[in-house]
Amino acid sequence: MKHLHTNLHEFETAAELEKYINENENVMVCCGRMGPMCIPVYGVMEELEEERENIKFAVMAFDSPEAGIIRNDPACRGFMGLPFTMYYKNGKVAHATSSIQNMQQVTSVLDEHFGA
Amino acid sequence: MTQEEIFDVIIVGGGAAGLTAGIYSSRAKLSTLILNEGAIGGQMVLTEEIANYPGVESTKGYMLANTMKNQAKQFGCKIKSNLQIKSYHLDENIKRLVLEDGREFYGRSVILTPGGRPRPLGIPGEDEFKGTGVSYCATCDGEFFTGKEVIVVGGGNSALEEAVALTTYAEKVTIVHQFDHFQAFKHAVEQAEKNPKISFIMESELRSFEGNGVLKEVSLEHLPTGNNMTMNTDGVFIFAGYIPNTEDLQGIVELNERKEIVTDSDLRTNIPGVFAAGDCTVKKYRQVTTAVADGTIAALSAAEYLRS
Repeated sequence: MKHLHTNLHEFETAAELEKYINENENVMVCCGRMGPMCIPVYGVMEELEEERENIKFAVMAFDSPEAGIIRNDPACRGFMGLPFTMYYKNGKVAHATSSIQNMQQVTSVLDEHFGA
Repeated sequence: MTQEEIFDVIIVGGGAAGLTAGIYSSRAKLSTLILNEGAIGGQMVLTEEIANYPGVESTKGYMLANTMKNQAKQFGCKIKSNLQIKSYHLDENIKRLVLEDGREFYGRSVILTPGGRPRPLGIPGEDEFKGTGVSYCATCDGEFFTGKEVIVVGGGNSALEEAVALTTYAEKVTIVHQFDHFQAFKHAVEQAEKNPKISFIMESELRSFEGNGVLKEVSLEHLPTGNNMTMNTDGVFIFAGYIPNTEDLQGIVELNERKEIVTDSDLRTNIPGVFAAGDCTVKKYRQVTTAVADGTIAALSAAEYLRS
């Protein structure tokens, strides 16, 4: 069952996420809730999904037990702000951010790790 | 430039005021474009629950924003968001807006609804510790501070109410405020004062955030004496008011000393064919309902301008 009201692909299980990041070279996953710090990031991702065909964009509900795969990732150690946003390159974490990010911040990470 | 490329109304901003203006002008069969720099919904999506919007018993901010967006689109309003406007050229009959990516949009009228944003403290370490100790949303991040000690900065309703809400999670909440009294409503102050987990440091301001990967301490200045002190903390929640998003409009339309856009009662600015609505304007009360009213007035005024 989907929990996040976005137009983005939503992972419901950790296994699904793992399979996805291993099958796609560049993946951005935003793990959050339908809250004020998370919704703007989903909006940015929805915009970018139309422009960046070399990147897959997806979301995962923070409160799902399955999202432990992100919550407990070493890259998220010390994170204390929603959402947790993960950038995967060839199945491995290339970058991770905590709390709200704007278009410029997101595209900066995408350009650096996935190419402009 | 072809005739089709000129919009009747270009609306800058996609919050409550901008979306309402979009609904009204597109329903009036005016070709309408909303250019929005952030995510659609503006401050509305920062509101967990909206319980005082007439006709709607209770709703989530993002749901109300989404409904407004869909309404505007159904009437034919075009919406482009998450872009950056590089320059405004508003003095001519045909107004021109240039984006950072080089795209240009033309309009016979423009409605400015850029809204506002939470006021950052602008002190060293604020950006560095965002998400690792510095937060602007207690509802979102409060639970990360379960059993910990946090500071709330501010003296308005948001600060006092969020401080009380944070006591659900935090062991201790210290409110730091620059004045010797609060601007919040009396009941909000009373709720905070009677909460045993909340203490107060008045007439003081934060000067910096310190830590190593995560926030560890802050430095404070007691304003009357100029004395500085450091204070260990696990987190800081900032509710220091809002500032209008009008930096790019300075020198283009008339602003007051608080950088709010000056309008008349029909929401006309000092430039013919340019209107302003919502939180960016000079007004006392900033609510979703007042923004919606502003958006309506600005759209109707723009339609009247176009007819004349």
